[in-house]
Amino acid sequence: MSEPSSPTPAFPEARLPDSARAELDALRERYPTAEAVLIPALHIAQRVWGGWLPDEAIAAVARELDLPAARVYGVVTFYDLFHQKPVGRHRIRVCTNLSCMLRGSEEIMATLGAELKVGEDELTPDGRCSYVHFECLGSCDTAPMMMVDDRYHENLTPERVREILKGLDQ
Amino acid sequence: MAFEPVLLRNVGKPEARTLAGYRKLGGYQGLAKALAMEPDAVIEEVKASGLRGRGGAGFPTGLKWSFIPKGKDKPKYLVCNADESEPGTFKDRLLMEADPHQLLEGCAICCYAVSAATCYIYIRGEYVEAARTLEAAIKECYREGVLGDGVLGSGFKLEMTIHRGAGAYICGEETGMLESLEGKRGQPRVKPPFPAVVGAFGAPTVINNVETLANVPHILTRGSDWFKAIGTDAKNTGPKLYAISGHVERPGTYEHPIGVTFREMLEAAGGMWKGGRLKAFIPGGASAPILGPDQIDVKMDFDTVAKAGSMLGSAAVIVMDDSTCLVRSVARLAKFFNHESCGQCTPCREGTNWLELLLQRIEHGLGRPGDAQLLLSISKNIGGNSLCALGDAAIGPVRSLVETFGAEIDLHLNGRGCPYPHRRYFAAGA
Repeated sequence: MSEPSSPTPAFPEARLPDSARAELDALRERYPTAEAVLIPALHIAQRVWGGWLPDEAIAAVARELDLPAARVYGVVTFYDLFHQKPVGRHRIRVCTNLSCMLRGSEEIMATLGAELKVGEDELTPDGRCSYVHFECLGSCDTAPMMMVDDRYHENLTPERVREILKGLDQ
Repeated sequence: MAFEPVLLRNVGKPEARTLAGYRKLGGYQGLAKALAMEPDAVIEEVKASGLRGRGGAGFPTGLKWSFIPKGKDKPKYLVCNADESEPGTFKDRLLMEADPHQLLEGCAICCYAVSAATCYIYIRGEYVEAARTLEAAIKECYREGVLGDGVLGSGFKLEMTIHRGAGAYICGEETGMLESLEGKRGQPRVKPPFPAVVGAFGAPTVINNVETLANVPHILTRGSDWFKAIGTDAKNTGPKLYAISGHVERPGTYEHPIGVTFREMLEAAGGMWKGGRLKAFIPGGASAPILGPDQIDVKMDFDTVAKAGSMLGSAAVIVMDDSTCLVRSVARLAKFFNHESCGQCTPCREGTNWLELLLQRIEHGLGRPGDAQLLLSISKNIGGNSLCALGDAAIGPVRSLVETFGAEIDLHLNGRGCPYPHRRYFAAGA
C-alpha cells in the first residue's frame, strides 16, 4: 500500500483537460457563484481520472475554481460518490438497506464476494471490478438490486448476478 | 371504486416524456392558466387546496410560498428537492423518469407564483437515468419556448438547471441541500433564518419536494375545490403516492387518495409476500417509528399516522412478515443513520454510533439486561439536541423497538443471539 496522500499536494502542473474545462465553462453561467460548480467539477474530474480523484485531480479542480485544495478535500471526503483511491473499471454498489435486506441483499453481497474473490471495496487483480454495499438507492420495489456504473440492475438473484458479471468486459 | 390516478396518470405512456406528447395529454395547461393570473392568486389557489409538502414534514405548500418576500428587485430561487434518499422511498424517481414535464410544469408554476427567475433541481447523484430524462425535457422546453426568455410567450423569464448531488442523505435536509448546491459539505444550517428569507446564495428560496411540485399543475388545471375533495379532511387533502416495499407480493409505487388505510394499501399491493403474516410496518420511511398489526386500519395521512405514534413522512411503507427479526432490522436502520450523520452536532454524531453498536451487540447475543433502557437513554440524549432532524429521525425506529416491540429484545438476551433463522432467499445452487 502506498502512503496516505498528503493533505497539501503540490501539483503546479495539474490541469483539467480542455474538453473538461469547456464543459465546466458551460456550467458556470448557470450559477451566481464560482464555488457552486465545485461538485459538478468533481464529477467531471472523477470521470477524467478514471473513476477516482487522485491528489492531482483535486489540485486541478482547486486551481480551476481558485479554491484552496483543503476546501476541495473537505467536499470530496463528505460525499459517498467521490473516491480517493482507485476503483474498478466497473464500480458495483449493492443496496443493503432495509427493503433490500428483507429481500436478500446479503446473498447478493456474498455472491459478489464468491465470484470476484476479493473483499468489499477491494480491486480485482485485473482492475475490472470493485464492489461495495451501499445505502438505499431508491429502488426498493425491485429489491434486491445493485448499481453497476450508472445502471440499475433489479430483482436480482445470485444467478442473475453471475450473468451480469459475465457481461462486463473481461 | 378505483381511484383515477392523477400524479401517475402518464406512467406507461412513453410519449409523455416528450414535450409534444405531454401537451397532447393535457400538459402545460396549468402553467398557461397560472401565467394568466396574478402571482398572488396562484399562491392563494395552492393555499386553498390544502396541499402539504410530500417530502416528509407535511408543511402547507401555499403558506411556504407566501413567506417569500414580494417584488422582483432581488433574486429568488426555487430548489426542487429530488434528493430522494429516505430508505424505502422511490416514488420521486418514478415521477421524474416517467413524467418529467409534470415536474417541470410544477416548478415553473411555483417560480411564477413567487417571482423566482431561477430553479435548480437538486437530484441525488445516483439517479443518473432520472437526471438524463430531466435534462432532455429541459432542453426541449428551452427549444420550444416553455423555458428561458418568455415562458409560453409571456413576459416571465425562467432558467432551470439540474444539479447532481454526490451521495449524502443529509443533502435531502433543506439547508444541507443549499450548502451542497453552493459547493460545500452538506451540513445543515442554523435556523432561523429560514430559507424563505436567506436560502440559496443568500437569497429567498422555496424548497419543495418532487411530488409536492408534481401536484401543482393539477391544482391549477382542476381547481383547489377538486383537490380538497380528495382525502381525509381539510388538513389532509389530495392524491398521494405510497411506495410500498419489503414483504409484499407486488412492491411498487401506488397512488391513493391521502388517508387510505394501511390495510387497503396492502391489499392493493397483493397482500403479504408468499402468504406470510404481518409482524410490523414502517409507515413513513426509515425515520418513522414502527407500527404493529394492531394498527392495520390506520388512515395513512399526516395527522392520523402521527396520532398513532408514528409519522407519514415520505409515505414509504416497509412491510415485515413474522420471519423478520426486528432487532436486526432496526440495527440496519441505525447503521444507516450513523453513516449519514453529517458529524456537525455531537449528540447525533456520537449517539447514532452508540445506537448502532448497541443494537448489533444485542443482535449478536452480547446484550445485557439494561440495554433496552440504555437505548432509550441514548435516544433521549439525541432527540431535539441537534441542528436538523436527522438525529430525531434516527431515534424513531429505536424507540418503537423498545416501547412497542420490547419482547424482541428480550428474545435476544439469551446469550446466543438472534433467535430468528436467517431466511434463505434463493434456492440452494441458484
